[in-house]
Amino acid sequence: MSAGLAFDVLLCLLIIGAAGLAVGGRQLFASIAFFVTYGILVGISWLRLGAIDVALAEVAIGAGLTGVLLMGAWAAIRRRNREARGEYGAEGNGSGASRDDEEDPVVPGGRKLAAAVVCGVLAGLLAAAILTLPGEASGLLPRVTERLGDSGVGNPVTAVLLNFRAYDTLMESIVLLMALIAVWTLTPRELWGGEPGLRQHARGDGVLATFGKLLPPLGVLVAMYLVWAGADRPGGAFQGGTVLAAVWLMVVMAGMARVPRQSSPALRLALVAGPAVFLGVGLAGAGFGVFLGLPVEFAKTLILAIELALTLSIAVTLALLVAGVPTARERP
Amino acid sequence: MMFSGAILYALCGAALIGIGVYGFITRAHLLRRILAFNVIGSGVFLLIGALGHRTPGAEADPVPHALIITGIVVALSLTALAVALVLRHVADTGRAVLPEEETEEAV
Repeated sequence: MSAGLAFDVLLCLLIIGAAGLAVGGRQLFASIAFFVTYGILVGISWLRLGAIDVALAEVAIGAGLTGVLLMGAWAAIRRRNREARGEYGAEGNGSGASRDDEEDPVVPGGRKLAAAVVCGVLAGLLAAAILTLPGEASGLLPRVTERLGDSGVGNPVTAVLLNFRAYDTLMESIVLLMALIAVWTLTPRELWGGEPGLRQHARGDGVLATFGKLLPPLGVLVAMYLVWAGADRPGGAFQGGTVLAAVWLMVVMAGMARVPRQSSPALRLALVAGPAVFLGVGLAGAGFGVFLGLPVEFAKTLILAIELALTLSIAVTLALLVAGVPTARERP
Repeated sequence: MMFSGAILYALCGAALIGIGVYGFITRAHLLRRILAFNVIGSGVFLLIGALGHRTPGAEADPVPHALIITGIVVALSLTALAVALVLRHVADTGRAVLPEEETEEAV
C-alpha cells in the first residue's frame, strides 16, 4: 500500500468515525462539535480528490455556517428551556430538570437494531453498485476542456457554474433567496420588519471583540481575492460570499454593528442584486438567441459582473439565514 | 478492478449515507435530524464527486464539482429553513421533538 493510499484509508476511517460520533453522540453539543470536525475532514478528502473549489465550499458552508446554525439553535433551545423552568417553575410533568437540553426519547433496542440492519443494507447496496462501475470513466472532462476557451474563464469549475450550466447556478441563487423568504415568513407578526435575531454578549476586552476588530479587514481581502481569482484558479462567488458573510456575522457577534432591519430597502436591494443581474444577463442573451448564452468576446466581463453581484447577494443572504428571524428580546 | 483512492472515497460516501439515514431514523431530537440530514447530504456529494474522479489521468471532472457546490449551498438553505422551523416549533410547544415521537415515548 502506498503512503497516499494509506492516508486515504486513514482519512476515510476518521470521517466515518466523526460521522458516527456526530450522529450517535449522547450530548447534542458534542455531536454538533463532531459534525464541524467531520465537515473539515470531508473538506480534506475533497483536496485529495483534486476538488479545491468543493473543499473551500464544504469547509466554509458545510462545516462552518451549518455548524454556526446548529450551535445557535442549540443555544436558543437551551436558553428557552432554562427560562421556562426559572420563570414558571417546572411546568408540564413536574420533572423539568430531566427534560433539560438533551430531550431525546429513548428508542427501543429492537427498533435501533432494525434501523441498523436497514441502513447497513442500504450502504452495502450502494457499495455494490459502486464496485460494479468501470474503474475508469472520462466523464464530461474532455468536453469541458475542449470548450474552455469559449467560456471566458480559465477555472473549469467556474466555467461550468457560470457559463456551461449557468441555468443551475441561476436557480441556486433563487433557491437561496426563497429560503430566506421562507425563514422570514416565520417572523412573529408583531416583530415583522425588525432586526433579525442573533444576540451578542461580547465583552469589550473579550476574545470575540478583539477578533471582531482584527479579522474583518483580512476577511474582506480574502473574500475579494477568492472572487477575483475564481475566474482562473479555485474560488468564486459562493466561496467569497461565504467568507464575507462570516466576516459580517463576526462583526455583529462582536457587537460592533447591528443587523439591518428586515424592512430596510438597501438590504432588500442587496438580496436581489445577484439573481437580478444574473437574470438580466440571461434575458439579454435570450434577445440575441440563447437564454443565458454568453457571447465569447464578452464572456469574461459578463461572468465577472454576475459574480460580483452574486457575491454581495450570497453574503447578505447567508448571513441573514444564519441570523434567523427577529426576536422579542432587547439587545444587551 | 483497480482499487483506487477514488473508489475508496465513493465507498466512504456510501457508508456516510448509511450512518446518516440511521441517525435520521433513530434520533428524535429535531436538531439531530437536521444534523443527520447533512451527513446524508455530504455522503451523497462524496459519492458523486469520487465517482467523477475516475478519469484516466486522475484529473478532476469539473461538472460534478459544480453540481456539488450547488448542492452544498442548497443544503445550507434547507438547513437554515429547517432550523427556523424547529425554533418556531420549540417556541410554540416547548419541545424539540415532534408530537408523534412524544406519544410513542409515553406508550
